[in-house]
Amino acid sequence: MTKRDLIEEVALQYPRFSRRDAEVMVNAVFDSMTDALAKGERIEIRGFGSFIVKQRSAREGRNPRTGTLVSVAAKKVPLFKVGKELRLRVDGQPIDDNDQEWDDDDEGEE
Amino acid sequence: MTKADIVERIYEKVGFSKKEATDIVESIFEIIKGRLENGEKVKISGFGNFVINAKRPRKGRNPQTGEEIVISGRRVLSFKPSPVLKKSINTL
Repeated sequence: MTKRDLIEEVALQYPRFSRRDAEVMVNAVFDSMTDALAKGERIEIRGFGSFIVKQRSAREGRNPRTGTLVSVAAKKVPLFKVGKELRLRVDGQPIDDNDQEWDDDDEGEE
Repeated sequence: MTKADIVERIYEKVGFSKKEATDIVESIFEIIKGRLENGEKVKISGFGNFVINAKRPRKGRNPQTGEEIVISGRRVLSFKPSPVLKKSINTL
């Protein structure tokens, strides 16, 4: 499924809105999530999962093809952790309550 | 940020009622979950891809007792952020 298919499906579920409205809505959802992560905010969607931004330090790496030493700059990376409900659904297991939380040592800056 | 915050942002932006915005946001995540549950990949351009991976059974150890156990095969979900998202996070 692509974003286009998602927009199509939203439009089908809500006939009172135009396809254009559905497109604006879907884009707004992911844009607002991107904005939050850009601010370093954590996102928690119950039943789906959570996103955090983690700091990675600069490091020395190697070009795997040539073996040359290269320095990799410090950067932030987005991480996703699947929520319990979705984790079980994906694995075809029965669902009970209580969403999965991040462990303390997974959280925030390094 | 929670689902309620997303609803707040969207409802301001598009001018639907709050109830409508809440329903639509809920539906968007439900649609995605349904597809993932069927093992389908979900690609949101500009944000990232949600992918289902099949893990083989493997041997593990109970770290407390040292006892060897078999960890069953399973399907897991992983998220691969799009280059656009990675870039947004690293430019402030």
